[in-house]
Amino acid sequence: MRFLAALALIALLIPPANAAQIHAERSLYRNMIVTEEDGLRCLTFRRLGTGDRQTCYRLSNPKELVFPYTKMMLGALYLNPNPARVLVIGLGGGTLPMTLRALLPDVHIDTVEIDPAVVKVAREYFNFRTDAKMEVFREDGRVFVKKQMKTDIKYDIIMLDAFEDEYIPEHMLTKEFLAEAKSLLKPRGILAANTFSSSRLYPFESVTYTSVFGPFYNLKLSNRVIWAQNGALMSLDEIRANAKMLEPQFAAFGVKSDFLLTTISTKPDWDTKTRVLTDQFSPSNLLNAR
Amino acid sequence: MRKAAVLIISCWSGFMVMSLELLSGRILAPTFGNSIYVWGAIITIFMLALSLGYLIGGRLSLRTPTISGLCALHFAAGIFLLPIYLFEIPVLDAIFSYTQDPRLGSLLASIALFFIPAVFSGMVTPYSVKLLVSDASAAGFYAGLQYFFSTFFSAAGTLLTSFYFVLIFEVDQILLLFMGMTLLVATGVFLVARKAP
Repeated sequence: MRFLAALALIALLIPPANAAQIHAERSLYRNMIVTEEDGLRCLTFRRLGTGDRQTCYRLSNPKELVFPYTKMMLGALYLNPNPARVLVIGLGGGTLPMTLRALLPDVHIDTVEIDPAVVKVAREYFNFRTDAKMEVFREDGRVFVKKQMKTDIKYDIIMLDAFEDEYIPEHMLTKEFLAEAKSLLKPRGILAANTFSSSRLYPFESVTYTSVFGPFYNLKLSNRVIWAQNGALMSLDEIRANAKMLEPQFAAFGVKSDFLLTTISTKPDWDTKTRVLTDQFSPSNLLNAR
Repeated sequence: MRKAAVLIISCWSGFMVMSLELLSGRILAPTFGNSIYVWGAIITIFMLALSLGYLIGGRLSLRTPTISGLCALHFAAGIFLLPIYLFEIPVLDAIFSYTQDPRLGSLLASIALFFIPAVFSGMVTPYSVKLLVSDASAAGFYAGLQYFFSTFFSAAGTLLTSFYFVLIFEVDQILLLFMGMTLLVATGVFLVARKAP
C-alpha cells in the first residue's frame, strides 16, 4: 500500500510527457520552455499551458512574424525607414533583432538582455546570431541606458520589449527611465514600446509616456504598442507614404500596413489626470494584477 | 509594564528594518537595476549589518541596560534613516560614476545608505532580551518572545509595504513615515517608562 502511494506521488511529481516540449531550462529569473507544435517553435516563460508564448517561429518559414506585436514593433521603421543604429531592450527569442538584420544589413544593433539563459536559448533554438554590427549586452536594461548616457552614442530607434504579462521591471516604466531613454535618441529618434492594452496600468503608463514625449502613436491590437518620437511626431501622411514604400520588403515577414495602421491614433483614450509613474511611485505590477 | 515597553520597541524595530530592506530595492533599481545581483547585495549587507548589531548590542547589554538605553538605540536607528532621504541621489550618482558594475555598485550603495540604521536595528534585539530576562532559567522563553514579536512584525512590515504602501505613497514619503514613527516610538516609550515606577 505504502509502495503504491509512493509510486503515485512520484507519478505526480514527474511532469506528464508532452511531445511538444523540446527543451526546458530554469534560469536565475524564470522557467523557459521551448515547444514545437503545428510547425511552430515557441519560447514560453512559465509552465506549459499557463504561460504566454514569448516568441514563436514557423519552422517552414522562419522569417514570418507570428505575433501581431512583433509586427507592430517593426512598424516603427515607418517613422524612420533607414536607421543607422538601433537599441533593442529585451531579447526573447531574438525575433526583433534578427528581423531588423534581415531588412537592414548595415544597421548597427545593440541588444540588451538581463538573463544570460535567454540569450543561450535564442541562439540554440531560434537561430539568433550576432555579427560584427550586432552585439548582445547581458545586463539590466536601465543600467545599460545609464551607461550609454556617459558615451556619445545615440540611437535612431529604441525598441523596448522588456515587459511580460507576469512581471514588469518597474524601474523601466517610470518617467525618469523614459527621459533617460529619450536622451539616447537622436533628434526625431523613435521609441517603440511593447506594453499593455488592458488592466488598470493602461492609463498610468499612458500619462507617463505623455509626460516625457508628449503625444504619441498608440497601436492597439492584441497588445499595445507605443511609437513615441523625440521632437515633433511624424504626420500620419508621411507614415502612410513610408509604409507604402516598405510594403514589398515587409511582405516577406508577413507585415502589412493596412493591418498595422487601422487602429493607429494619437487621441488619448485614458483619463489624462491619472498619476504619472516615477522612480518614487511605480507600483506597476500591483496595477497590472487583475 | 517594562516588558511591554521593550516588546513595543521590538515590534516596531522589526517592522521598520524589513520594510527598509524592501524599499532599498526600489531605491537602488533606477541606478543599478533590478537584477538578482542587486537583491543579493542588499540582503548581504542587511545580514552583515544585523549580525554586527547583534554583536554590539549583546556587548552593550553586559553593562547595566536600561529602557532609556534601548530607546536611545531605537532612536538612533530612526535618525539614520534621514541621510538616506537626504543623500540617496548624490550617493548613488557618485557610486555609479565610480563603478557601473551592479554587483560592486549595489554592495557599496547598500553599505553607504542602509548599513548604519540596520546595525542599530540589530542592536535592539540582544539588548531587549537582556531587559526582558530576570531569571536565567527563563532566558530562552524571553528570547523566543522577543524574536516572535520582532520577526512577526517584520513579516507585517514587508507585506504592508510591498502590497499597499507603494501603491499609495512615494518611496521617500514611506521612508520619512518610518523615520517619524521610529522617533515617536522611541520617545514615547522613553517618556512613559520614565514616569512609571
